[in-house]
Amino acid sequence: MTFPTLNFPVIAPQIVLVAAALIILLADLMVANKRILGWISLIAVIGALAAVFVCRSDSAAFPLALGGPSGPGTMALADGLGLFASAAVLIAAGLAILLAIERVGDFSRFEKPGSEKKQARSGDHPIAEAPGPQVTDRAGAYYALLLLATAGMTAMATASDLMTIFIALEIFSLALYILVGFNRRDLRSGEAALKYFLLGAFASGFFLYGIALIYAATGTTSLEAILHNIQPMSISLPFRPLLPVGMGLLLVGFGFKLALVPFHMWTPDAYQGAPTPVTAFMSVATKAAAFAALIRVLAAVASYDRPWLLALAALAVLTMTLGNLAALRQTSLKRMLAYSSIAHAGYLLIGLAAGNQLGVEGALYYLLAYTFMNLGAFAVLLAVQRRDENDVTGDRILGLAGRQPLLAALMAVLMFSLAGIPPLAGFFGKLYVFSGAVEAGLAWLAIVGVLNSALGAYYYLRVTILMFMAEPAESDQEISSGKVETLQPGWAVMTTVVLAVLGTIVLGLWQWPWTQTIAQAVSTLALR
Amino acid sequence: MVPLTWYLVLAAALFAIGMFGVLARKNAVAVLMGVELMLNAVNINLLAFWRYTALGELVGHAFAVFVITVAAAEAAVGVALFIAVYRQRDTVNVEELDAMKG
Amino acid sequence: MTEAYLPILVMMVVAGGFAAIALGVSALLGPRRPNPAKDTPYESGIVPLGDARRRFPVQFYVIAVLFILFDVEVILMYPWAVAARQLGLFGLIEMAIFVVILLVGFIYAWKNDAFKWQ
Repeated sequence: MTFPTLNFPVIAPQIVLVAAALIILLADLMVANKRILGWISLIAVIGALAAVFVCRSDSAAFPLALGGPSGPGTMALADGLGLFASAAVLIAAGLAILLAIERVGDFSRFEKPGSEKKQARSGDHPIAEAPGPQVTDRAGAYYALLLLATAGMTAMATASDLMTIFIALEIFSLALYILVGFNRRDLRSGEAALKYFLLGAFASGFFLYGIALIYAATGTTSLEAILHNIQPMSISLPFRPLLPVGMGLLLVGFGFKLALVPFHMWTPDAYQGAPTPVTAFMSVATKAAAFAALIRVLAAVASYDRPWLLALAALAVLTMTLGNLAALRQTSLKRMLAYSSIAHAGYLLIGLAAGNQLGVEGALYYLLAYTFMNLGAFAVLLAVQRRDENDVTGDRILGLAGRQPLLAALMAVLMFSLAGIPPLAGFFGKLYVFSGAVEAGLAWLAIVGVLNSALGAYYYLRVTILMFMAEPAESDQEISSGKVETLQPGWAVMTTVVLAVLGTIVLGLWQWPWTQTIAQAVSTLALR
Repeated sequence: MVPLTWYLVLAAALFAIGMFGVLARKNAVAVLMGVELMLNAVNINLLAFWRYTALGELVGHAFAVFVITVAAAEAAVGVALFIAVYRQRDTVNVEELDAMKG
Repeated sequence: MTEAYLPILVMMVVAGGFAAIALGVSALLGPRRPNPAKDTPYESGIVPLGDARRRFPVQFYVIAVLFILFDVEVILMYPWAVAARQLGLFGLIEMAIFVVILLVGFIYAWKNDAFKWQ
């Protein structure tokens, strides 16, 4: 009988987040001013981030083990990779909460339906509790779900057992399904949630089948034990041939969650239909968590073997190219950014396909850069988005520089970074990832990546041109005719945008501390 | 004793039926049922592998328990979403839900 | 070991065979004179009202969904119950935390009138 040993520092971020989510759910029943709940959740995220840094300051990895320290029963491992990805997830969560704090009412309030439809909601977060006579505000549920999703993502980033990876994946997926469908006044929100849910659940099936086959092949679900058992001359494994099949199915599951082509069908709809703060959060945080888990799984199960790396390279090429080509012809900016985030998943995958130190380091750096720049871009969309709408088309930012010069300038920085123009973070991310691919002998992959960056630059720069080039006379006319009202973004949204831009610039110009942290994080992994 | 292969064939068949349900059915509820079938197929696999190969640990069992609870949570969230969409659109037919294109 | 289950197999074959034969023979030999009264569903002699596929009140689904959640989450208690003595205080605290989390969800649903049938 092995007794579980709990190493609290490892799961401290999750404990903080889940406890805060529960407190918010209860507080939601008592508090009329929902903004307080937003601040509580922001404090919780900062607390979790502090917990991550406390882990970091101690150089030893804290294993959360079932039986023995860092043995085969280890469920979660707060190593450099896990802490780094957790930090990225928590930064994204903090910015997303700050982004929502003023605008959450746009999509969390709704008129109470008629008496026969009154009790529409279900799941663990039913509607109800009317502060006023008619309007219901579910802002509390929004923050609680966001925190639970964050807890799931940080858990996935630190998980070192296929079982924990799966449970963490489901925790954040279930929370995101609800968050995507949060806007009950927008038909597209519910539709997006439905599609995301059905395809996500379908993907979970593949993910799980893959895990079952890997379990069959190796007799364990612990990544460390798998790595040990599949060494030649280790123990006899009669079902060893099932291992690649399992890994393939697992890769399909990861492909769905990371929105890799050809498993990306849900992405544009889900990102477009979801409330904009949710889109901003899920487009970056999901990737950070799932990429961290994929890096671990590849190291343990596939040992970064050549065939798997080529499969990843093929996925990367498809993902980049189709993502960029589809983004070119979008009129909705939200949908364009959705396709662009597919393309960015492709760039990230190049680093993994390289499978060497430099490539994986580049992918991690890119993840952090992408967190700032993509979240910032969606934050700008929220700033120009009308309160009763859930989408932004090109004509809304037409001549934005004339109306709101600061916002336009910040958006331009984010677009330049996404396009990969030096000296911003996006450029260095691509540089590291591509040089990793070259070093691994995949020069062709780097070339495809560079060509795709040029393709991407076209539509990012088009956004910038729209903002700066449009004749202000026309938009003045439209303002006076009431067609375009000057919407002043609130201070919280502006703060988010400024923080994201700062992150993008700082990460680009002042690299040394980040690259060193990443190098340490990667050095403990079993790469090629 | 029943050979392991039988369980594997059963699980694979169930998984395939579930997958067919997901791909072929148009009603979202039927699609969800297909997904549940897929998850249950995996449970059969996990338990069979645990019985025949496990290295003395209860991983297969523990995992199956978690899968069951996750599937229940998934069903609850899914049905809640279906109700919400049905109230807005009067349908949960996935082919009629096409507000977004491109 | 397999032999021990032989009687069950025999019973299943016999039961299935009997059902199949009974249905088959009555389908082959029985007279077929359908009329509307025979085609209606049997509801204990009462004339059926409306369509069986009518919509249920949506409240029904809400309660059903909550039932599924709380019902199935309880199976996580079984493994703990089996090893409760070995796990001791540690396991008890863990399970208490689990129950508190469920309880918070329950209170949230309750206070939001999810259980009120209207």
